[in-house]
Amino acid sequence: MAKKMHETPLLDQLESGPWPSFVTGLKRLAKDNDMSVDLMGQLEASYRTRKGYWKGGTVGVFGYGGGVIPRFTELKENEKPVYPDAAEFHTLRVQPPAGMHYSSKLLRDLCTVWDKYGSGLVAFHGQSGDIMFQGCTTANVQPAFDEFNEMGFDLGGAGPALRTSMSCVGAARCEMSCYDEAKAMRTVINNNLDDMHRPALPYKFKFKFSGCPNDCVNAIQRSDMATIGTWRDNIQVNEKIAKEYMASHGMDKLMTDVVGLCPTKALSVKKISDVSKDEGISSVAVNDTHALQIENHNCVRCMHCLNVMPGALLPGKDRGVSIMVGGKGVLKIGATMGTMVIPFMKLDNDDDFEKLNELARNILDFFAENALEHERTGEMIDRIGLVNFLDGIGLEVDPNMILEPRNNPYVRMDGWDEEVEKWDERQAG
Amino acid sequence: MADLRPPVESGIPDATPYMHPTMVKNYGKWVYHNHPKAGVLYHRAENGDEIWTVKAGTQRQMDGYTIRKLADIADEFADGFVRFTTRSNIEYMVTDGKKVEPLIKALFDNGFPVGGTANSVSMIAHTQGWLHCDIPGTDASGVVKALMDELYDEFINCEMPNRVKLSTSCCEINCGGQADIAIIVQHTKPPKINHDLVANVCERPSVVARCPVAAIRPALVNGKPSLEVDEKKCICCGACYPPCPPMQINDPEHSKIAIWVGGKNSNARSRPTFHKLVAAGLPNNVPRWPEVGEVVKKILNVYKADARPWERMADWIDRIGWPGFFEKTGLPFTKYHIDDWKGHRRTLNASAHIRF
Repeated sequence: MAKKMHETPLLDQLESGPWPSFVTGLKRLAKDNDMSVDLMGQLEASYRTRKGYWKGGTVGVFGYGGGVIPRFTELKENEKPVYPDAAEFHTLRVQPPAGMHYSSKLLRDLCTVWDKYGSGLVAFHGQSGDIMFQGCTTANVQPAFDEFNEMGFDLGGAGPALRTSMSCVGAARCEMSCYDEAKAMRTVINNNLDDMHRPALPYKFKFKFSGCPNDCVNAIQRSDMATIGTWRDNIQVNEKIAKEYMASHGMDKLMTDVVGLCPTKALSVKKISDVSKDEGISSVAVNDTHALQIENHNCVRCMHCLNVMPGALLPGKDRGVSIMVGGKGVLKIGATMGTMVIPFMKLDNDDDFEKLNELARNILDFFAENALEHERTGEMIDRIGLVNFLDGIGLEVDPNMILEPRNNPYVRMDGWDEEVEKWDERQAG
Repeated sequence: MADLRPPVESGIPDATPYMHPTMVKNYGKWVYHNHPKAGVLYHRAENGDEIWTVKAGTQRQMDGYTIRKLADIADEFADGFVRFTTRSNIEYMVTDGKKVEPLIKALFDNGFPVGGTANSVSMIAHTQGWLHCDIPGTDASGVVKALMDELYDEFINCEMPNRVKLSTSCCEINCGGQADIAIIVQHTKPPKINHDLVANVCERPSVVARCPVAAIRPALVNGKPSLEVDEKKCICCGACYPPCPPMQINDPEHSKIAIWVGGKNSNARSRPTFHKLVAAGLPNNVPRWPEVGEVVKKILNVYKADARPWERMADWIDRIGWPGFFEKTGLPFTKYHIDDWKGHRRTLNASAHIRF
C-alpha cells in the first residue's frame, strides 16, 4: 500500500467518458506506488494553476551522454518539494523493435522491470518513436537501463544527437511496401549509434522510413532525411480484383473516385479495343467492354489510385526509394518539408543498403561540419541553398528536385557552358 | 568505476522474434488488402495466406495493469502478438477470420474502442504536457482524453470522407506534428523575465540567437547582466523559454489555444501540405477544454457533410477555397490569418480568381 492519495478533483473529471483514461491508470499505479501518488499531486497542481512544474537537468547512464530525459520538480515550499516522492521523475527513452512489434511476453517483461525501478507508467510511444518509461529516480536510472539493455534494448536519442527512428509496418503487412523498411532503418541507425548515444551534433537529426509515398510515419515532415519507397516501372494490375472493384462500385465511382482524382490525369477509361499498346502504359479490364488505362510516364506515384483499388493496382516490380532531405518542425524558421535529393535508388541487396548507409553518414557528416549551433538540416539548406548542399554531398542536380526553375535573373551564370557539358555527359552516360 | 557496467550498444532490436509468425512468413509478399468494417483490416499474401488486423485505441500513457490486460487479450485471442501504430493505437493480428468478432468484443468489454481505420477519425497524436515536459503551456493526455471522448463515435465508425488525423501540442514547437486538425498552444504575451536568475541560468548569446525575429538583446537590469525583449518585435513564440527558463512564456490566462487545419503528409492526390491557422484565442480551460472541442467538432461536421469521398481536409479546402471554408464553418477571418512570415507573398491570391 502506498501513502494516502491527494485530492484530485480536476483530474477526476478525466475518468468519465468512453475513451480509455490515463487518470484511471495513474490511480491504479498510485495504490502501491508513492511516486505515482505524488505525480498525481503535482499534475493536479498544474491543472489547478495552469502551469508546468518540471525542469531539466543532467541524468544519464554510464557510457552514454543522452537517452534519459531528466525531470526535477520545481514545485517547492521553503526549498522543499511539495510532492517529494515525485521530486525526480525522469524518463528513459528506449528504442522499440523495428515496426513496433511486441510479443505479449515482451510487454510483460518490460512492465516487470519498470514496476521494479520506475513508476510503472509507460508511453507506447513518444513522437520520435521511443518507448517512454516515465518516472524514475536518479538512483534507479542505471539499474533500470542495465536490465533493459540485458534484454536486448538500447536507449534512444535526446538532445543534439541522432534521434530514435521510425519505420512503417511496411513489408510485414502491406502490399504497398517498396523495400525492406526495417532493414533500412536498422542499417542506418545501428551503424551510427555513436551520434545517438554521445550527443555532439549541431542539433537533432532524424531519419524516418516509409515504404511508399503514403508515408505513414510522416517522414517528409518529421525527418531530416526521409527514405520513402517508390518504383520506376509500370503499375502492376490484377484483373480479377479490378473487376471485383467495378462490380461493387460501378462506372460512376471508377470515374469520380479513381480517374477524376488522379493529380496528373494519367488515368483514363477506354474501350478495351482502344487501349494503347505503347511502352509505359498499364491497363486492366474492369468489365467485358472497358479497361482502366494508366500512363505510367506521367504518374507521379502519389498512391491515390492504389489506395482506392487495393490489390487491383500495385506498385511496379522495379522498386526502390526516393530520398528527401530537410524536413523539420517550427523552430526557428518555420516548418520545412523534406525536398527531393535522390529521385530513385535501388534497395535490394546488401550493397544497396550499404550505399544508403554511406549516404546517411555523408549527410550526417556534412550537417555536423556545416550547420550552425541549433540549426536543423532544413535550415542549413535554407541558408546555403540546395546547390551548395548537393555539392557538399556529391549529388548531381536533377529536375525532379524542383517544382519550377528560378523566376529571377539574380544569379551569376558564367559557368553555364561547363554546366551544360556536365549535363550532356550525364545524359550520355 | 569498476562496478559500472558498460552499455551494449545494440541499437534497434530485430523485430522478427516479436512479430506475428504469419507476418514473418509473408514478409514482403503481401498483395491485397481490404477493409471489412471499422477497426478491421484484411490482408492477403501472394500464397493465399490471410491475416485480419483489429485496431483499438489506447490512452498512450499506460499503467502496468493496462499493458498486461492488452497482453492477456493478445494471448487469448491473437496468438500472443501485437504492434503499435504511430498514433498509439494497438493492433492485433489473427489468421482465423472467426476470431475477429470475439477479439473485438474482448477489446470493447475491457474499455479499448475498436476503430481508427480508413475514413475514421484516428487517435490524436500527442505530446507530454504537464505530465512530463519542462516547457508546456497545457496538458497533452488530458486534452486528448477530453477530445477523444467527444470524437468517440467518429473513431469507432468510418463516416468521414477520408481519414482524419489530429494532433495536439503544448507549445508552438509543435511536437504533435502536422495534421488534418492540429490543436496547438499559442502564447499571446511576451515572456516575463526574472532578471535575478538570467545571468546564472542562461547562456545569453545562445538565447539571443534563438529568437526568430531578433527581439532579444543583452542588457544590464538593476546592475545585473540579463536579457531584454523588444516587445514591439516579439511574436510570443516562446523559443527563448527552453534555453532560458527565467524568460517565462507560459501564462495561465494569456497562453491560448489555436486550431490549424489541412496538414497532410501523404502524397496521395496533392503533395504533402502544412496545416494552416483557422482559429485562435481559445482558453486553456481545464480539465476538458470544451471551447476547443466545439471548434474541432464544428470543423469536422462541416467537412463530413461537404467533402467528397477521398478528399482529405486539405483536398476539400483546395476545392471549395478558403472563403468557402470560413463561410461554411462560420469561423471568423481576421488579419492574423494573413501570413507575414518569410515567403508569405506566395500565400496571397495573385490572381483574379474569386468565388461568389
